[in-house]
Amino acid sequence: MNLLSLLIDQPGRKAAVWIRVVWMLLLATLLCVGVMSWAAGFSRGSWESVWKYRDVFWKGWALTIVISVLSLLLSTLIGIIVALARRSRIVPLRSAALLYIDVVRGMPLLVLILFLYYVVANGMGLQDRLVAGILILSLFGGAYLAEMIRAGIESIPASQLESARAIGFTPWQTYRIVIVPQALRQILPPLTGQFASLIKDSSLLSIIAIGEFTLAAQQVNSATYRTLESYLPLTLGYLALTLPISLLSKFLEQRLRYES
Amino acid sequence: MKLEVLGITKSFGSGTECRRVLDDLSLSVEFPHVLALLGPSGSGKSTLLRVIAGLERPDAGSLILDGKQAPLSEKEPILREYRRTLGVVFQAFNLFPHMTAFQNVTVPLITVHGLDEREATQRTLEVMERLGMAEHGQKYPAQLSGGQRQRVAIARALASRSRFLLFDEPTSSLDPEMTAEVLMLIAELKEIGTPILLVTHEMGFARKIADQVAFLAAGRVVEQGAAVAFFNNPQSLVAQRFLAKVLAY
Repeated sequence: MNLLSLLIDQPGRKAAVWIRVVWMLLLATLLCVGVMSWAAGFSRGSWESVWKYRDVFWKGWALTIVISVLSLLLSTLIGIIVALARRSRIVPLRSAALLYIDVVRGMPLLVLILFLYYVVANGMGLQDRLVAGILILSLFGGAYLAEMIRAGIESIPASQLESARAIGFTPWQTYRIVIVPQALRQILPPLTGQFASLIKDSSLLSIIAIGEFTLAAQQVNSATYRTLESYLPLTLGYLALTLPISLLSKFLEQRLRYES
Repeated sequence: MKLEVLGITKSFGSGTECRRVLDDLSLSVEFPHVLALLGPSGSGKSTLLRVIAGLERPDAGSLILDGKQAPLSEKEPILREYRRTLGVVFQAFNLFPHMTAFQNVTVPLITVHGLDEREATQRTLEVMERLGMAEHGQKYPAQLSGGQRQRVAIARALASRSRFLLFDEPTSSLDPEMTAEVLMLIAELKEIGTPILLVTHEMGFARKIADQVAFLAAGRVVEQGAAVAFFNNPQSLVAQRFLAKVLAY
């Protein structure tokens, strides 16, 4: 093995995984050391003022997890229903599903939050910010999930459905035994990616004063005037949630691949 | 096995695009083992198989199997019950790729035919053994050769004790070696005794294995009779031309 092969490699090759891992760790360490040494240059005691607010961080972080998990569940439910509506034989149902998907996907999440919270939720008398926030995030994620689920269902060849019919499966058995397991394998990688997006997107709920992770960091910042010390934990906190999911997604992508 | 088809008509599309694939087709035939449906492409033989299999509803006409009327025009649940009594083997095998060969056979036995797990396993083992697939049970379809996949598909049909097997061009997506393998298998099935309806392009094979032959053209049965007689001395002009063309090479 020559020195050059540690540096140059074809993307997509499998052989030298460990070289890539070493590089990844090396660069990550460099980044950390860089930021840390920069932060250490600040006046002594700058971290202490933020440390006092660690409970605020923890609570915000925990709330972000709660919001993400609940929104994931709810948006999956919405996604399944809308995907089925998209495939329905009833035309208005199909149109409604399409309208929902196009409108939601055509709007910035921030605008959606502002509109749905200040106009719709307030108009309907929904006072609980947290509930409203989770609902809005679920509606947003549901539109994307619906299209993923639909793509997953449609990726199953007609011959499979024909076979199911010939065997005598009922429509429900066909979904349970033939469609869902195959569709799930197809969409699990993008699904996990969508979960990571949901976690990141939940930061925008700070705009309607939900005390999640981002708002917590903003509050600590305005109380201490320590910008880096407030926002560095914020970035690390999100990465601690999203990086494992991204790894899981890559793992699933390799694990679930099968020839058909 | 006695198969009576009475005036079955089936069209696809509508308006000016409408194509009548089966045109008031009637056929009455009794055969011990294998009935081959032959004919040029577009003659309607695959559609006839799909109608008999209950996968396609005819616009008109009826079907009588061993003296009993098949519920082809009934509601879906009744049609489904009917389909469960038959075994269809498709051109492209259509196994479920996310299940092992073994599961492909067992799962329908449990969910559709209501066997308990022990019975289903028992019966699957028997059938797989008989088809020489016992040691491949834990493999996924992607890990099997074309011929082996076809065997699993046949095992699936046999395990449910189908009264009748329908083969829709079972070899047309296989290379010559696998074609030979599958044809050998179908010849073996003759021994098992389940009657077979076979749509095929393999004239040599049909000649060897079929008892009775029905020759279709333009959505009608042009000629039918014992296989030997048909191949040695076709009566109709269409069949004579067809055989001359196909057997020339």
